[in-house]
Amino acid sequence: MEVRDLVKRYPKARTDAVDRLTFAVAGGEIFGLLGPNGAGKSTTIGVLTTRVRPTAGQALIANVDVTVAPRTVRSLLGVVPQRNNLDRSLSVRQNLLFHAAYHGVPKAVRTRRAEALLEQFSLTDRANEKPDLFSGGQNQRMMIARALMHDPRVLFLDEPSTGLDPAARLFVWDRIRELREAGVTIVLTTHDMDEAAALADRVGIVDSGRLLALDTPAALVRGLATGSSLQVTVELAGELGVAGLLDRLGTLAGVQRCEQVGAEAAVYTIRLCLTGEAAAMITPVATAVAEVGARLTGMEIGEASLEDVFIELTGRSLR
Amino acid sequence: MLRSFGSVLRRDIVVTGKDLVAFLAQVLLQPVFFLFVFGKLLTSLGYTSSGYSNLLFPGLVALTATVTAIQAMAFPLVVEFGWTKEIEDRLLAPLPLWAVAAEKVLFASLRALAASAVMFPIGIGVLGSIPYRAAGLGLLVGVALLGSLVGACIGLTIGTFVPVTKINIAFALIFTPLLFTGATQYPWPSLAHLRWFQVVSAANPITYVSEGMRAALVPNIPHIPGWICLLALAGSLALFGTLGMIGFRRRAID
Repeated sequence: MEVRDLVKRYPKARTDAVDRLTFAVAGGEIFGLLGPNGAGKSTTIGVLTTRVRPTAGQALIANVDVTVAPRTVRSLLGVVPQRNNLDRSLSVRQNLLFHAAYHGVPKAVRTRRAEALLEQFSLTDRANEKPDLFSGGQNQRMMIARALMHDPRVLFLDEPSTGLDPAARLFVWDRIRELREAGVTIVLTTHDMDEAAALADRVGIVDSGRLLALDTPAALVRGLATGSSLQVTVELAGELGVAGLLDRLGTLAGVQRCEQVGAEAAVYTIRLCLTGEAAAMITPVATAVAEVGARLTGMEIGEASLEDVFIELTGRSLR
Repeated sequence: MLRSFGSVLRRDIVVTGKDLVAFLAQVLLQPVFFLFVFGKLLTSLGYTSSGYSNLLFPGLVALTATVTAIQAMAFPLVVEFGWTKEIEDRLLAPLPLWAVAAEKVLFASLRALAASAVMFPIGIGVLGSIPYRAAGLGLLVGVALLGSLVGACIGLTIGTFVPVTKINIAFALIFTPLLFTGATQYPWPSLAHLRWFQVVSAANPITYVSEGMRAALVPNIPHIPGWICLLALAGSLALFGTLGMIGFRRRAID
């Protein structure tokens, strides 16, 4: 799969949703497009799946141009969209069977495949029910199973685990890994760095329609100026503001950057990106926290992550 | 491609088949009441002449065919594009886009033809007898077929150009005028003394379905000649077919 200088500008938009995007995905690879909402990930998937007409550039799937032969392309790919688009008038099993029939899969093959996928995705028990009242996780499993019914060469997953509980998310991740083992090429978009790091062989980081970096998650993290990080949880009493504490921590020697990543009542989680060893910073940080009158309730040493890569590239947090 | 097209059509038939009673209630209740009140009740009370039901019946068959097709097309389209996104799975099938739209038009027309066919036994039940002429059968079928297709294409146009949030107001603004300016309840040539309304009626494609049905079933009542009706309907089909396809493309591809 290949994308060359892809541009998409929607009518009436002032900027390009996708701005000269170029990347290639090898067969049997899990490729992740990581970026915040509105980065152009879904638009890119839209072009590759023939639902969005590109303004300029080229997109090829198995060497077939998506704008030249959209029907051929559609037979090669499976799509799991971000939003539930299951057929609510049909049962779970019928959703799978009709999808395969639309793709011209012979009856005996589709019946056999449907039973196998229902089993694999733990949907057999509810196969005759309509998907109206299903949970987000069940819907997601159904949509993946449906996309696999015509045995696609490339599977597109748009935000596959958004809104899923942790168990459902792990289930989906396991299935995605199994598909790679089976030789399916997978392109997924996500705004979740953990998901990109856990699943993708290579990650493209996108922001405002542009590709900022592309490599394996490990290589992206290795390329960072930041070495390690320290996550600090503090309780702030009375009038003391979190801004003062952030200022204080940010000026410590060895701290490259400092940001608040969470807050619950008076308990704040602060993340420090460090230039050196995290262990050496524990005492200075604890002292600084005590000096401003805050109570230290937790401290955790962390490795740099894709989140840090994104921050270094854009100056903003992914969230 | 034919196999995919057949599967998409089969999906619609299966879904409608599961809900046959609702389908019949939805399309037949209104014309049945029309027939009863205007064709039977008012005549038996002496407010309308006994010939009126012969004039009304072809008009109501025409109305049923067109309105059923419009509704069978527009409502599901608005919901599927704007809300459930159900149609996406079919748009991602290895079918040309026009074939997905054509399947919808075909299915809505089939529904409309079925509904108008059921009007005949119902007409006999409510009115006692209905006008029928074997010599007019060819024209009757032709007009019903074209009328259903035109209705489906009007539905395709409405369903793809009207956003889901505006569908209620759009239906109010489009349906009521369509219902009462389609020469359903009156023969079009008799409007000569009310010129402006005759012109308005001439702009409504349903008029040519009603008048064509009269030409086929009750030729003694003044009517627009059958060939003009067929021609006008073919023109409407080309117009709304093109508009509808443009709308469908716009909704299917960004």
